[in-house]
Amino acid sequence: MRIGLFVPCYIDAFFPQVGIATLELLERFGHEVVYPRDQTCCGQPMANSGFNTDCAATEALFVRNFSGFDYVVGPSGSCVHHVRDNFDAIEQTADVKEVRSRTYELVEFLHDVLKVDAFPWARFPHRIGLHNSCGTLRRLKHATPSELHEPFFSKPMDLLSKVDGIEFVKPARPDECCGFGGTFSVFEEVVSTKMGYDKVSDHARAGAEYIVSADSSCLMHQQGCAERIGVPLKFIHIAEILNGANA
Amino acid sequence: MLHPEMVGAEDTQAIYRDGHRLDHAEGASKPLRSRPEPQPRGAKVHGNRPIDQAEAAARFIASPEHEKMHDERLWDLRQKRDREMHHIPEWEELRSLASAIKEHTLTHLDEYLDQFEARARANGIHVHWARDAAEHNRIVHGILKDHGAKSLIKSKSMLTEECGFRPYMASAGIEVIETDLGERIQQLDKEDPSHVVVPAVHKLRTDVAKVFADTIGTDPDNSDVHYLAEAQREATRPLILAADAGMTGGNFVVAETGTFVVCTNEGNADLSGNVPKLHIASIGIEKIIPRLEHLAVFVRLLSRSALGSPMTQYTSHFRSPRKGGEMHVVLVDNGRSERLGLEEFWTSLKCIRCGACMNTCPVYRRSGGLSYGATYSGPIGLIIDPTFNARKYSNLPFASSLNGSCTNVCPVKINIHEQIYAWRRELVKRHDVPLVKKAAMKAAGELLSRPAAYRVAIASADVALAHLPRFVIYNGLDAWGKHREVPHPPKQTFHNWYKANRGGEQ
Repeated sequence: MRIGLFVPCYIDAFFPQVGIATLELLERFGHEVVYPRDQTCCGQPMANSGFNTDCAATEALFVRNFSGFDYVVGPSGSCVHHVRDNFDAIEQTADVKEVRSRTYELVEFLHDVLKVDAFPWARFPHRIGLHNSCGTLRRLKHATPSELHEPFFSKPMDLLSKVDGIEFVKPARPDECCGFGGTFSVFEEVVSTKMGYDKVSDHARAGAEYIVSADSSCLMHQQGCAERIGVPLKFIHIAEILNGANA
Repeated sequence: MLHPEMVGAEDTQAIYRDGHRLDHAEGASKPLRSRPEPQPRGAKVHGNRPIDQAEAAARFIASPEHEKMHDERLWDLRQKRDREMHHIPEWEELRSLASAIKEHTLTHLDEYLDQFEARARANGIHVHWARDAAEHNRIVHGILKDHGAKSLIKSKSMLTEECGFRPYMASAGIEVIETDLGERIQQLDKEDPSHVVVPAVHKLRTDVAKVFADTIGTDPDNSDVHYLAEAQREATRPLILAADAGMTGGNFVVAETGTFVVCTNEGNADLSGNVPKLHIASIGIEKIIPRLEHLAVFVRLLSRSALGSPMTQYTSHFRSPRKGGEMHVVLVDNGRSERLGLEEFWTSLKCIRCGACMNTCPVYRRSGGLSYGATYSGPIGLIIDPTFNARKYSNLPFASSLNGSCTNVCPVKINIHEQIYAWRRELVKRHDVPLVKKAAMKAAGELLSRPAAYRVAIASADVALAHLPRFVIYNGLDAWGKHREVPHPPKQTFHNWYKANRGGEQ
């Protein structure tokens, strides 16, 4: 199949290794992966702040870039959530609907579409704390949130459990938001960072060496918080581990 | 009396010999400082100007003992709620059922209100209708005047807070005495409730000790909860026994029977409803449910969601006045009909005021309820407050990380976080957002839709670091870097890596 690689703006700029790992990982399964060069962003920063009409041109560009692929895959839950659930500043033509419905976050794509059952190249002998971003947890339904009375499942944990050597540690408040929240991290900077401090402290108390997430934005925020208050944690995107990074 | 720091461990045990120490963080903590941390106050309200929730929240966080206690105490409620929820196999079905009952009732509100009115009148209850807060206050004042009542005991009611009832009564020369302990603390401290269920939850024991020392003359150095509660009881009971009238709210109004139900844990509504001969109940029109059998659904959800306890201690049904007494129900609209007409926001009227969304909200837990500067705080407040005043509460829908936990705990399945998101759009549409933000978002939208210009803007990772947050998160690194480290710039962007490693242009 032909996959369009969606590399969100902040991953492009700050976490190129996440884009590279996503590209290589998808190629390992024998698919044609194309990175449309003219992509910029999904429009979420404006939409999240209420300025929906200001994302119309950005959304139109996204659709132009990603039309015609069997699937569009990106390593960022909140961006995919935006495309799938809130991407409505432009007219919802058949083409727009098609692109939106074919856009997947990496973990759900591996789990639900490719149904991957092994990562023989991957080994990560570390204690990890899994951070489900709120976008993936409650919107894309990567896992059962602790608030609901539903049978437990976790797609990222399911994938990571196929990697040799991983030991999971569980923080006291597993689903608590880390405080990033897009523009929230700036408008409510003090509350946002307090949430971040509490989150990384919770993970550290549980004994984690690494925080693993399917969202680099949460990791960027948590890393910034951990470094500021001196919590010795390392941060890594799930794509890197599944692609065989070992530290 | 010895200062707490001077008391040894064994003596401390002795102090608590007759009671149980609280098992949450505040109860178990021992102040190390000789002077207690001053209580942070809520949002600064300047007329109709937008409330700066972030500023008030920052002050709350700058009081670490308060912030930590508040966060842990409410998280404890959330965990108790989870435990209770797991005891009910049909929990999710119950939520769906409750939501469906409320939606049905709200879409047939006129019929059920008429039915309630007819049945209640037949039961001997006087029924009044109030279009808004002012009318509510006038009606209640009128009833009190008719009876020559000079003092009123009142159980906790968010609706009366909404109506500015206490200040109105003060100006009319009628004394109002709150019977709910937390609400009484707030009344004595001249503060609004900070939470719909636990109104003084933002206060440390030492704060309460100070309030009581200043108002009812307790020992300012004694913050023992039993001592304080008993002192308050001694001070308030005579006022309750002598009151001319009693007021309650109503958690549920049953159309079929013409009755209303009040749920409390202290039995204080029963004092308000049963001690004086005159009982007035102020109830929002959205509190109606069709039949008594529906009540069971909500009673099972209410206290489990609110406090993580299976039932409220007192679930009292009021049907008719007792012999020689009088009972009045004031049905209040105050913007509810208008909200019912808002396509994206009308389901917020399903709310049963359990406060579960507040307890789970990581922003609320760290901000304190008074930081919202509104009657309703936390997630439910973010979507209700702008319906009262879109300008004044225009910042509130932005005081959320949109994490969605509020929606998942809501016993009546209000899509709270989606309504928060929708309110942001609505406020932009109504131009109730700062112009600088508007300009920044417009610029971001233009740059992000032009790939060539975008590529120039983030030509290298170093340049991106300087520029990207400016349009991704609008006002740059200042707010990002104040309490966080900025991301480490990589050698090259993904875009440039791809060009270098996967060939030239497409």
